[in-house]
This record gives sequence, C-alpha cells and structure tokens, in this order.
Amino acid sequence: MGELSRMWRETDHRYRMVGEKCGNCGKLYFPPRDICPVCHRDSIDKMQDIEMSGKGEVISFTIVHDVPPAFTRQRPYILAMIKLDDGPTMTGQIVDTQPSDIEIGTRVRSVFRKISEDGHSGVIHYGYKFVRDV
Amino acid sequence: MKKSGIVSYGSYIPRFRIKPDEIARVWGEDPENIKNGIYILSKSVPSPDEDVATISVEASRNAIKRGKINPKDIGAIYIGSESHPYAVKPTATIVSSAIGANFPMFAADYEFACKAGTAGIQNVKAMVDSGMIKYGLAIGSDTSQGAPGDVLEYSASAGGTAMILGNEKVIAEINNTLSVTSDTPDFWRREGEPYPTHGERFTGEPAYFKHTISASKMIMENVGMKPQDYDYAVFHQPNGKFPTRAAKLLGFTEKQYKEGLLTPFIGNTYSGSMMTGLSAILDIAEPGNRILAVSFGSGAGSDAFDITVTDEIKNMERGSAPTIRKMLADVTWLDYAVYAKFKKKIIFGDAIE
Repeated sequence: MGELSRMWRETDHRYRMVGEKCGNCGKLYFPPRDICPVCHRDSIDKMQDIEMSGKGEVISFTIVHDVPPAFTRQRPYILAMIKLDDGPTMTGQIVDTQPSDIEIGTRVRSVFRKISEDGHSGVIHYGYKFVRDV
Repeated sequence: MKKSGIVSYGSYIPRFRIKPDEIARVWGEDPENIKNGIYILSKSVPSPDEDVATISVEASRNAIKRGKINPKDIGAIYIGSESHPYAVKPTATIVSSAIGANFPMFAADYEFACKAGTAGIQNVKAMVDSGMIKYGLAIGSDTSQGAPGDVLEYSASAGGTAMILGNEKVIAEINNTLSVTSDTPDFWRREGEPYPTHGERFTGEPAYFKHTISASKMIMENVGMKPQDYDYAVFHQPNGKFPTRAAKLLGFTEKQYKEGLLTPFIGNTYSGSMMTGLSAILDIAEPGNRILAVSFGSGAGSDAFDITVTDEIKNMERGSAPTIRKMLADVTWLDYAVYAKFKKKIIFGDAIE
C-alpha cells in the first residue's frame, strides 16, 4: 500500500505538473520541494504551488533498449532531460515519436498518459510524458 | 433565461493509424470489400499508454484552452464510454483531478454504447439551465474493441471529444434536444468479456436506422425545420456507409454531411463518434449556421440536437487547440504486428504487465 499512497500524494505533481515556487527567492522547482535548497530555513512556509506550462526543450536524451517489464510494448523508448520554459530541468519520457526524430533542442510539450499498472487487478498510475511540440 | 449551449469544445485522436488493407492481409480478406462495403479507409489506434482517461483528459484540456475556461468554474463532469479503464472507479475522478477542477463537483461515468457522451451533454445542459452549475463538461471517449478477424476490427478505433456547456459566451446554442429509446439487442458486451458481440445485419434497420432517423425527424418537427434548412448534419458513424445512407434517407446532401463524416479516416470512436464529427464542424462553422447532430447507441437509442452557431464563435481562437483537420493530417502508420502489440492482442501475462 506504500506505493499506492505515495502515488496518491503525488497526484497534483504527476497529473498537472504542479511544482513549487520559493516565496523567498522566487526560484521554481519541479518536481516539488518542501524547502528551497538556496534559501533553506528562510523558505519554510513560503513554498507556493505553481503549475508548470509543460513546454520545454530537450537538452539531452537516451534511447532505452533494455527496458523494465512494464515498458516492453514501448521498446525502445526515449528518456530525455528537458529544460522547461518555466525554468526547472527534469527527466521525462518522450512518446509517439521515433528516436531518429529527436535531437538536442527539440521542442516538446507534456501530455497525460498511463505510466504503469499494478498488474491486471491493481490501480493504474497516470502522469506526464512528453511529445514533440510541432 | 439565456439559452444554454456549447461554450467550448476539444477533441483528441491518437496519431497512430492502420489501414484495412493491412488487417485484411492478415485475415485473408479482400480489402476492397471492406473499403467499399463499410467505407473505412483507415482507423486510429491508441498507443499502449493511452486509454479513455488519457484521451478524455487531452480532449478536456483542449476544450479548456480553446474556450479560455477556468477549470474551477466547471461544476459537473460526465464521461460516456464503453471502455472505461476501471469497472469500478470513475474516469471522471481522474479527469477532474487532471484538469485541476474543484473538490465540490458533480461527476459520474455513463454507459449507453456509443451515445453515452451525448447523454452527458443533455445532463449538463439541464444542470446549467436549472442553475445548478456554471459550466458542465461532457465527454464522449472510447478505445473500442473488435475481436481479431471480426468485421468490427476494421472500424473499432480510439478518440474522444469534450464539450463544455454553459449559458455565457455560448458559441453554439442548443435549441432543442430529445432522445428515443428501445430494448433492441443489436450489439452488446457481457461483463468480463473482452470483445463485444453484434447482431450482424440486425444492427442496421431495426437499430441504427430506426433510432437515428426517428430522432432526426422528431427534432426537426419540434423546431419546425426541414433538412434543407440546415448547413450541416452529423450522425453517429459506426462506419462510413450508415451515416451516409441515413443522411440521404432524411434528404440531406453530401455538402451538408461531409464535414462531420470522419469514420472513413479515423474509424468508429464509439462514444466519441458523433461528438468528434460535431467538433470538426465547429472548427469551420460560421455564425448563424444551423446544425443537426444525432447520436446512436446500441441497445438502443438516439440523442438528437438542433444547434445554432452564434456570433461568439468569431471571438474564439479556434486554432489555439488542435483542430480535427490537423489531427487527421498528423499520423503514423502501423502494420498489423505493431497494432496487435499496441492493442494487447499479444498477451504477455502477469510477469510483464
């Protein structure tokens, strides 16, 4: 049940890309953080929820061939480091495209997709992935 | 009281497609029979990580973006589908969370074969008219199933459309709506069965045509309109042939029904079918245009809508979300092997999934 409750707690961040803005220095974080690593104690109780635009640019990527079992139907898949237009850099899967169509600098936008399933009778986990923004 | 109607709309069609030639090649059938017989030239296929929840969220986000709607103003979400991801746990809960709607929320999943989405439109329209909500979100969405080798495999596809209804900044007024319902066993899927069963030719005259044509005639009589008075007509599209024939039987011309006829290119998106055709019409409609929209759900019934496009549509940036024509143009073709992998017709077992 630990995984179930963790995913549930992270719904806002996984479904809508809700990150945090430090109310002290203004820096944006995604995934969200409870405390600003720059302002430390000065940021306590000042972190504010903020929804990312979901748009950004590929700054690095890799093609995963040796995939976890849950990704067998998507092999090979693209995992990228994405610099969001909002500021933060994050890791995300790029879907609906061929690896040959991705290069550093490719514009991407977030989409809502199935991430994993806890077997045939378990809960389905949803969240963000990315597609080319054309 | 202000007349309620569609405030915004959005659709989502997966980018993957397969042609009947490829399906027919595997099952030893003549693709020309399929293309000519049911007029399907290709169909959409969901990615392995897409289902009714993801399609509904993407369509809803497109509607919210296009209408510049604050999700906090949406007071009801009803989702029609016959392929909800859970038997028990509403898709509407996932969509509500994914669009950032409020905790106070009327929500439920509907099932009435291919017309459950339009039942949702009627539901939220009534709630807007009664003052219960400001905006209501009605979604028709499916990742429909067809058994391998069955004629449904050529048509059963994936896609969905979301309509936001309200009575402020209405781009298309709903002048009238009605439904017809009867116990007709033309198509069904029993609990726990992976694929539906259909009554073959029984699906035509006593089911699709009886309900679609009756509902169309009744609503035209209610509002005092004739087929020639409409700019557009859109019907449920289990294939390309049925809606074309229904339109002609009612007296509509090709010019009136061709814009909303999408099944030849994307297949039958079931609960999303008529609503996505209506979405294609709204992409190009002009103020004053009159639209007849009639869905059909097996089992069976039809929901009919008489719609007038308003001047407000000129203020909407329709290109701010993907149009249907854009989604029709941006495709990736699949062969049957990848299609079978995507659609989980190849079973891995619990060790993998």
